[in-house]
Amino acid sequence: MSATTYGWLVLAFPLAGSLVCGLGFRGLPGRSAGWIATAAIFAAFVSAVGALFMLLDHPAEERELTSSLWDYASAAGLDIKLGILVDPLSVFMCLIVSGVSALIHLYSVTYMASDRGLARYFSYLNFFVFSMLLLVLAGNFALLIVGWAFVGFASYALISFWYRRETATKAGMKAFVINVIGDVGLVLAAFFIFREIGSFDYLEVFEAAPETFAVNDGTAIAICVGIMVGAFAKSAQLPLHTWLPDAMEGPTPVSALIHAATMVTAGVYLIARTHSLFEVAPTAADIAAFTGLATLIFAASVALVVTDIKRIIAYSTISQIGYMIVGVGIGAYAAGLFHLMTHAFFKALLFMAAGSIIGAMAGVQNIDRMSGFRRALPFTGALLAVGALALAGAPPFSGWLSKDEILVFAAERGGFYWIFAIGGYIAAAMTAFYAFRITFRVLYGELCMEARELEEGYLAHSEPANPLTGEPEDTEVGFPGPGHYIAERATPMKIAMAILGLLAAIAGVLQLPGLTDAIDGFLEPTFEDSPLAHVHPATSSAYIGLAVGAAMAAVGIGLAYYLYVVAPGTTDRIRARARAAYAFLSHKWYFDELYDAVVYRPLIAVGSFANSVVERVVVDGLVSATVGAVRGVGVLVRDAQSGFVRAYALLLIAGFAALGLYFLIAAS
Amino acid sequence: MDLTWYLVLSALLFATGAAGVLIRRSPLVILLCLELMLNAGNLALLAFARANGDEDGQIFALVVMVVAACEVVVGLGLIVAMYRRRLPLNVDEMRSLRG
Repeated sequence: MSATTYGWLVLAFPLAGSLVCGLGFRGLPGRSAGWIATAAIFAAFVSAVGALFMLLDHPAEERELTSSLWDYASAAGLDIKLGILVDPLSVFMCLIVSGVSALIHLYSVTYMASDRGLARYFSYLNFFVFSMLLLVLAGNFALLIVGWAFVGFASYALISFWYRRETATKAGMKAFVINVIGDVGLVLAAFFIFREIGSFDYLEVFEAAPETFAVNDGTAIAICVGIMVGAFAKSAQLPLHTWLPDAMEGPTPVSALIHAATMVTAGVYLIARTHSLFEVAPTAADIAAFTGLATLIFAASVALVVTDIKRIIAYSTISQIGYMIVGVGIGAYAAGLFHLMTHAFFKALLFMAAGSIIGAMAGVQNIDRMSGFRRALPFTGALLAVGALALAGAPPFSGWLSKDEILVFAAERGGFYWIFAIGGYIAAAMTAFYAFRITFRVLYGELCMEARELEEGYLAHSEPANPLTGEPEDTEVGFPGPGHYIAERATPMKIAMAILGLLAAIAGVLQLPGLTDAIDGFLEPTFEDSPLAHVHPATSSAYIGLAVGAAMAAVGIGLAYYLYVVAPGTTDRIRARARAAYAFLSHKWYFDELYDAVVYRPLIAVGSFANSVVERVVVDGLVSATVGAVRGVGVLVRDAQSGFVRAYALLLIAGFAALGLYFLIAAS
Repeated sequence: MDLTWYLVLSALLFATGAAGVLIRRSPLVILLCLELMLNAGNLALLAFARANGDEDGQIFALVVMVVAACEVVVGLGLIVAMYRRRLPLNVDEMRSLRG
């Protein structure tokens, strides 16, 4: 089979799985929906591996294969095909998406087992994977937008999965609205591209871009800004990041899959995919990189103070995607995608570990309540530590190598690109600190009640309640199921976490500076036309960068160790001392409040003005004036309608007589 | 024959009918008077047709008869309905449509 056939199979399995789980939910007993969905994603992963091998059979310069099933539209110079592009970049993304998704499906089979909406959950989850794969495999901008919007919908459906929980439905709406803002940007960019180049097809557009646009041409920048709006909304970058922390209302495996490992990296993929456009508009690429830098520092600073375990990891995701955006913004495409891959592993792992801890806490998510799980959760604790080490960039874990590749590339480009390297390393220390803030607080310290019970063999139970507001809930459909699960007692969760832990630890060997070059080499055909393709940091500077990164990680971890293990309670004093800074950070730099003041309140004011003045006074006034006029005239003429038939007849005859008389006089 | 006599007769019939419509209160008689007016018109049409020597007027008279027949159907239907509902057979008392 050819690579494109495997490409279509990659799409077909999740779609089939989604339909089977969604339509057949009545006939699927127990956990079978979960197993069907998991098998579908595994099949997609196997197909992606098949596509990889088929692609590797081709010589490097012929690794761009397209295939089209049929024409969507072919009229007036517009030719939109239902076509896929199988090239190193899309296969790379397919492998990550389907691979990580398969493990998270496996984890979900246990984690969601007691939920009453199991088939719906797996149908949505499979649909999400299908949409994401469609997004990365699409061969033109039209199909990309289709996948883009599908992914947004899947995210909405899964955030609001517990649809009787009001906070969850509101978070879903917020995510959807912000994603639609991004969709608009992307659609506008596609229109501009079609106007200037006359095609939606990736290969045609990217080939024509350097000839069509002068460097920093206004239209090219407009196109890139449109693409960036789409990318930033999906990837939760400033200023469109506010939906991602709220998206943690969804089930934990969903947070792991969609809001950490795959969907939110779509923006990174998009910028890497359209790199030919960003290279003719270097200003736009710089804007992207600066936005990434601002986001990564902002999100890391917020993650220092948030207390909800899932939201800490969510801010960490925003921050890590900031690194990737910096990478693809400055031209380190392969490095950005390498970080995308390692981040998918360790962030999915961290969420899975968090899910297991939340299970042990019977649904509580506040890390202030957690402590001393070291002996009660040995497996989860160990993998939490592995994930945290990879996130912190401690050697020799994967995050250490992937993050530093981006930052060293920034330093290599010199000039003001040094800012990215410096900012990135500072944020790396913050990252290490908050990663170990979670780890130390959860694992060390005095045993909390749940940890003590678990050491005696009892899993904590509590009345079901909304972890955010504390509202009481039941366990019927639309709310989380009654069961709580920890990895120690569930083999599927254990397998998924062990594989991800292994990958998070060792995936770095694919890209050891000076030794291995697997990712760069594999992605080279996609990026070889880039003028920055020849920029390669020297091996020596790469190792200097790695040393700095390791030092930063050590600083962050050491500080966290001091504050939370050696001298717990210091943080309370710091908090009391720097109250203003703490309030600023714990309100997430007041972004929600800012949007509330700048967008929400003015719109509400406009709305109530429209209601009280435009609607009540102007529109209602016009309507009542018309009614009044008609009624007034009616009062004047109603006396003529006496109801006497004979009077009507007299008027009729008199009228005709008068008319006849008039004509007689006029004729004479 | 002189056209004038026909027209005079027609005018007399029409005036009789119109006077009947205006004066009488019984719907039945009003209906009869309406028929009289229509037939006055018919007579004029026929007289003109004859005087001019073409058939248009005669055809027109036939159409008027059809209309008159329809009108009688509706009118008599109304009167029968009024009778059945025990309404007064007096147009001056049927005034519910007054403004």
